[in-house]
Amino acid sequence: MPLAWLGVLPFFLYAVLFLFLPAGQVLVGAFRDTGGGFTFANIGGIFDEPYVSAFKNSIEVSFVTALVGGALGFLIAYAAIRDGTPRILRTVLTTFSGVAANFAGIPLAFAFIATLGTIGIVTQLLFDLGLNPYDHGFTLFSKTGIEIVYLYFQIPLMILVIAPAIDGLRREWREAAANLGATPMQFWRHVGLPILMPSLLGAVVLLFGNSFAAYATAYGLTGGSISLVPITIGYFYTGDVLSNPHLAEALALGMFVVLALMMAIYIPLQRISSRWVR
Amino acid sequence: MTAGTKRRIAPSAAIWLLLGAAYFLIPLIATLLFSLRGELTGKCCTLDSYGTILEDPQFVKALRQSFVLSLETIALTLVILVPTVYWVHLKLPRLRPVISFLALIPFVVPPIVLVVGLLDVLRPTPDWFYAKPYGFLVAAYVILAFPYVYFSLDAGFRAIDVHTLTEASQSLGATWRTTLFRVILPNIRAAALAGSFLTLAIVMGEFTIASLAAFDTFPVYIQYINQTKAYPAAAVSLMSFGITWAAMLALLFVGRGRTARTAQIAGTR
Repeated sequence: MPLAWLGVLPFFLYAVLFLFLPAGQVLVGAFRDTGGGFTFANIGGIFDEPYVSAFKNSIEVSFVTALVGGALGFLIAYAAIRDGTPRILRTVLTTFSGVAANFAGIPLAFAFIATLGTIGIVTQLLFDLGLNPYDHGFTLFSKTGIEIVYLYFQIPLMILVIAPAIDGLRREWREAAANLGATPMQFWRHVGLPILMPSLLGAVVLLFGNSFAAYATAYGLTGGSISLVPITIGYFYTGDVLSNPHLAEALALGMFVVLALMMAIYIPLQRISSRWVR
Repeated sequence: MTAGTKRRIAPSAAIWLLLGAAYFLIPLIATLLFSLRGELTGKCCTLDSYGTILEDPQFVKALRQSFVLSLETIALTLVILVPTVYWVHLKLPRLRPVISFLALIPFVVPPIVLVVGLLDVLRPTPDWFYAKPYGFLVAAYVILAFPYVYFSLDAGFRAIDVHTLTEASQSLGATWRTTLFRVILPNIRAAALAGSFLTLAIVMGEFTIASLAAFDTFPVYIQYINQTKAYPAAAVSLMSFGITWAAMLALLFVGRGRTARTAQIAGTR
């Protein structure tokens, strides 16, 4: 039996070396001062400006895009799956979502600059109609802008995650409810939504983490002028900030804690919702 | 509604699908229109921007760099994971939930956190590893690819009867090597290919780690063009989108819907 364990040794060695050691280093480094001694100063530091704002911004952007992306993704997925919609539309939608959920980062940021940037195609179009959004306080290079762009990968992710749960809503349940005299509204209120709730919550939590961890898209869009936690961490390595790298590790630890909390909520929800998925 | 009767698409469903289509297609169309503008005139329509990119030696270099990194990452990930998943399904089924749990850790340790730790931990390693993309970056990318390739392979192995195949092969006198390469591999080829295409999409688009560790990969090149040339930036962004499309379509084609759905959520944001 001990010999059998040798077979998985290479995998575990790799995971320890390139996943657990670096993650552990971040945990330990967050409590080190520049001289290598133990300190709480870095952790205390992330509760001061500008870092506390970065956390606030990151959480706000993730929260908004998870809720809005979750709602829109669900409505679009339901529209494609419900009776009456041709099946081909569903296939097209899931295929496209697979691509769009993966189309992120620098190229996505640029696609939106070409659309809604100061000389973007849609901006120009609105300008010609006398409705230049930049005259009304809108700018793509802001928190709102980041949220609009993040939705481009949040909505498809929601569609991919929630589609199997919607499939699990049996037609018989709806028919049974209708036969008993329930209106569609009553069906959703008493049957549909309660059954989907764990899946919906789980998906929204996943979307939150997805947005919270994103770096490339926001960097490509604003070049780092909007302070989000990943962007702030990036500054320590790409910018001219010559300060304490252990502060970056403290920020990374903060991200880790938020994402670990997210997983702790997601895993049980996932377990409950998998009961209804065929 | 009675089953079997044909119904037309509900009006609200049509509206949501149209809104969704508009939101997703408009940025792509805008990028396409942008890429067709003349670099100096800003007027439509010319292919100059594509010419500028294709003639840029940096473009070829960065694209090739990222492609070679993808191949190395795919090879290393499969070499580590295929025997591991096979072994776990065959001898250590108790470990399956452990590895499935481990596969969730990269979601808690996202690229921006991973790179901070790796830059610190690996600093003492020799330059041929630390300062080279095929060392440092591939080491990190295998970790990014691990959950997706693992879930894909796990689904593949679950669909075949590992025990019977292995016993049949060995009772006919095959060695472990022969069993793995001639019996098991052909049976999980679709799962391995699906994982490989996901990995390709991940590595070709990964910016965070490459940028912080200062390596010149394809996405880092795109960012450089973004800051310097507006219209060619549109051209190169579309090319990147094309690569993602190709990888994901290839994935769907080899998977034919059998790969785990979660496996489709790759991407580096």
